[in-house]
Amino acid sequence: MGSAPLSPMIELRHVDKWFGAHQALRDVSLTVERGGRVVVCGPSGSGKSTMIRCINALEGHEKGQILVDGIELTGDLRQIEAIRREVGMVFQQFNLFPHLTVLENLVLAPIWVRRMPRREAEELAMDYLERVRIPEQARKYPGQLSGGQQQRVAIARALCMKPQVMLFDEPTSALDPEMIKEVLDVMVELARSGMTMVCVTHEMAFAREVADTMVFMDRGEIVEEAPPEQFFAAPKNERTRLFLGQILGR
Amino acid sequence: MALWHWARSRLFGGPLNSLLTIAVLFLLARGLAAFVDWAVVRASLTAANARQCEAAGGACWAFIIDWLRFILFGRYPYAEQWRPALVLAIFVALLLVSFARLLPARMLAAVWIIGLAVVLLLMHGGVFGMPVVETEFWNGLPLTLILAVGGLGAGFPLALLLALGRRSQLPALRALSVAYIEVARGVPFIAWLFLGLIVLPLFLPPGVVIAKLWRAEVVFTLFIAAYLAEVVRGGLQAIPRGQYEAADALGLGYLQRMRLVVLPQALSLTIPAQVNTFIGAFKDTTLISIIGLFDPLQDVNTALNDPAWRLAYVEGYVFIAALYFAFCYLMSLYSRRLERRLAPARR
Amino acid sequence: MSKTGVSVRPAPRRARLWHDERARGVILQLAVVALVVGLLAWFAANAVENLRREGIATGYGFLGREASFAIGVALIPFSPANSYAHALLVGFLNTLLVAALGIVLATVLGFIVGIARLSSNWLVSRLALVYVEAMRNTPLLLQIFLWWDVLRLSAPQPRAAWQPLPHVFISNRGVYFPVPFYGPLDLWILLAAALGLAAAVLLRHRARRRQELTGKRLPALWLAPALVLLPPIAVFLAGGAPHLLDLPRMTRFDFAGGESVTFEFTALLLALGVYTAAFVGEIVRAGILAVSRGQSEAAEALGLRRGQVLRLVVLPQAIRVIVPPLTSEYLNLTKNSSLAVAIGFPDLFSVGSTIANQTGQVVEVMSILVAVYLSLSLATSLAMNLYNRRTALVER
Repeated sequence: MGSAPLSPMIELRHVDKWFGAHQALRDVSLTVERGGRVVVCGPSGSGKSTMIRCINALEGHEKGQILVDGIELTGDLRQIEAIRREVGMVFQQFNLFPHLTVLENLVLAPIWVRRMPRREAEELAMDYLERVRIPEQARKYPGQLSGGQQQRVAIARALCMKPQVMLFDEPTSALDPEMIKEVLDVMVELARSGMTMVCVTHEMAFAREVADTMVFMDRGEIVEEAPPEQFFAAPKNERTRLFLGQILGR
Repeated sequence: MALWHWARSRLFGGPLNSLLTIAVLFLLARGLAAFVDWAVVRASLTAANARQCEAAGGACWAFIIDWLRFILFGRYPYAEQWRPALVLAIFVALLLVSFARLLPARMLAAVWIIGLAVVLLLMHGGVFGMPVVETEFWNGLPLTLILAVGGLGAGFPLALLLALGRRSQLPALRALSVAYIEVARGVPFIAWLFLGLIVLPLFLPPGVVIAKLWRAEVVFTLFIAAYLAEVVRGGLQAIPRGQYEAADALGLGYLQRMRLVVLPQALSLTIPAQVNTFIGAFKDTTLISIIGLFDPLQDVNTALNDPAWRLAYVEGYVFIAALYFAFCYLMSLYSRRLERRLAPARR
Repeated sequence: MSKTGVSVRPAPRRARLWHDERARGVILQLAVVALVVGLLAWFAANAVENLRREGIATGYGFLGREASFAIGVALIPFSPANSYAHALLVGFLNTLLVAALGIVLATVLGFIVGIARLSSNWLVSRLALVYVEAMRNTPLLLQIFLWWDVLRLSAPQPRAAWQPLPHVFISNRGVYFPVPFYGPLDLWILLAAALGLAAAVLLRHRARRRQELTGKRLPALWLAPALVLLPPIAVFLAGGAPHLLDLPRMTRFDFAGGESVTFEFTALLLALGVYTAAFVGEIVRAGILAVSRGQSEAAEALGLRRGQVLRLVVLPQAIRVIVPPLTSEYLNLTKNSSLAVAIGFPDLFSVGSTIANQTGQVVEVMSILVAVYLSLSLATSLAMNLYNRRTALVER
């Protein structure tokens, strides 16, 4: 169910969201074009995770509109399911299924959601495992893998659904430093292959390399949105400057 | 405004939910109305027998009021019942002091031991002009409390020994501990009570007589020790090896390591499980009614033997249930509070 | 030693260490074992002496003697002329019966309560909480007495009997419920059901293979139960649709037909089931909560439906957490069934205590009871350990 080929991939229009009495998102509006790579940064509690979790309906929103590939997110379950098929998500805590092998993790959704025959699904899975460079781990269980390997499996798992856009929620924050690079490498390669990506991260070197738009969020609102050259060199907003100073001054 | 949001999501968050809420509210309203009618509106506080209450159509609280002293104190001599009453007050005071966390742990333990000694003295008499009352007549709520507190107090050290024994590297100690724990836990408590009651005298030299109460206390102690041992063992297992190693590195011997490093952590980790075990054991004290000891449940059963009040069994049992509920629920609240107090230290 | 100047590795200093630690361990063990053995020996000596004085027989010979008492509820035929051993067997079967039914009741009720506790509806989850707290904080024995007295004292005349479920009647004469009629048609019905079951299993197998190969799924969820149910129903109708159940019917003074059970059995069963259900509910709730939210979020993010998320991701992980404590709880229920002695239901413990009273041979009888309960416990422990080992999540 697409729409006119040049319409944006993701659109958020004046989205408000509350957790009880606390307002997590204030009048958030964002547009992600097809093939676009948006990196979202900001202090903790700024609402960046909440925002991308709203995109695939893991969180609901109270006001405003969210459209993915032209489909609007309302409470309608069928629409949500349709959107989730096209949106892949990678979590900070990996969330691999511990009772299934790596291969079974990858083929689960293609078999049960896209109704692929098992053989086809397994070929697809091995393909992506090669792309993330750990095909030999196919028969192992997630508990036997290192953090970096687990996260790469998680990326492959999301890719097996052949999504149109990939969401990353702080994918390297739970990793030991020496494993961050292997995951970022995979993400860079993914970006180069043309995947639309929205990424919440603190890894600024990665952002500079990959992003075409930087978004800074603070206290639930989008404070600044600009291409990376402008964002890093001359941030317009005082809060952005402050944040960048803290994060880059390490 | 927040309440409206809350109600919308938690009570009426969807067609099914709303239906459930309405159905439940309806049933609750009817049930509560009927209950209040029975328990309050048409209840009888004074009546000569259960039939009169029935005529009034409501609860027969008169039964409880009439028999209250018997339910609480059993066959303890009527004139001396100020002593068990004082004992109850002492227990309540001890519980409050513990609950309010006014004292450090060591002092608290000492206070409890002194309190228990005073309680036993009061119940038994023989000093300060108080006539002696045999343990056979220690009935009702004081009996339950003495049994439970005494059992916990004596059983705890044994439980520590068993837990350490089960984790020991020495095969004989481990085997003995495992055997004890598995056998004690694998057999119903009532069987142990029967054994304690009937078989224990057999195992003692001829002519040695131990009062029923103490036999029950011994059984209770041995039984609760087995369950507590497993709880403590769980705590010991949960402590990272690094703790043991750090203690070793500092040059601490086995006893010091256990006393200063390992056990304090194991015990504080497992407080909820310990309290759960104690609550279970506290409820198990009702089983002594089966072997002829007069705890509050048995007192109620005895009172119900009076034909005038036979039909007031619901009121009688509800009263006992409320009694136990009060104790047990407060204990579980206490454990939750303790947990929260100790949790921040464990970040 | 080192005549040539080459350094020789000194003899290990383990001699002193050995003397200190290992010897200490051995001495400690010897001391403890000696203490325990000594204590047991002293107990035994006293026991022998006491029994001699009381003139009580020893040994298990009494098991062959006539029981001389009747047993109200017996799954196998029993008369007072049967032996004590036979009586114990009847009691054991009664224990198994009430435990098995109690477990079923507790599980069904418990799962409902557990899921209710997890409900997003505040009222429902609070009500379930009230129920759980009420059961956890009141003694089981008290609940048994309450149920028993309600049945014994408040059950109405047969004419005005309570009907908690269709065709189940509770009056002051007893608890009546329907039972199936046994007739020649039943054999055919059973056969049809067996065939239907086989067909359903085959269907599921074919459906799974089909999905593996082509990705398409048959609606086996509907077809399988239909396959199991339809043939027996067809046979039933073809046979002229005779009476399926023997229903209790009100006659002049009492009920006739159906089957009845005693108040003691009913009270024990209900008390055990309702009480244990609260604990089962908490176990179920803990099991489902133990599966981190991230798991269901990841599954949902992949596009799986709620039902699929539960079935493929949450439940397999929850079951691992639920089964061990659940089995513990079942064992507790079985041990708690011994409270039958308080209300006179002839379970193993009850019968045993009657025998002990009659023969005076308490030690022998209790040893048998202890052995039986212990075997049940140990067997369950072993089974649990095996299950744990087989289903443990694989980690480094």
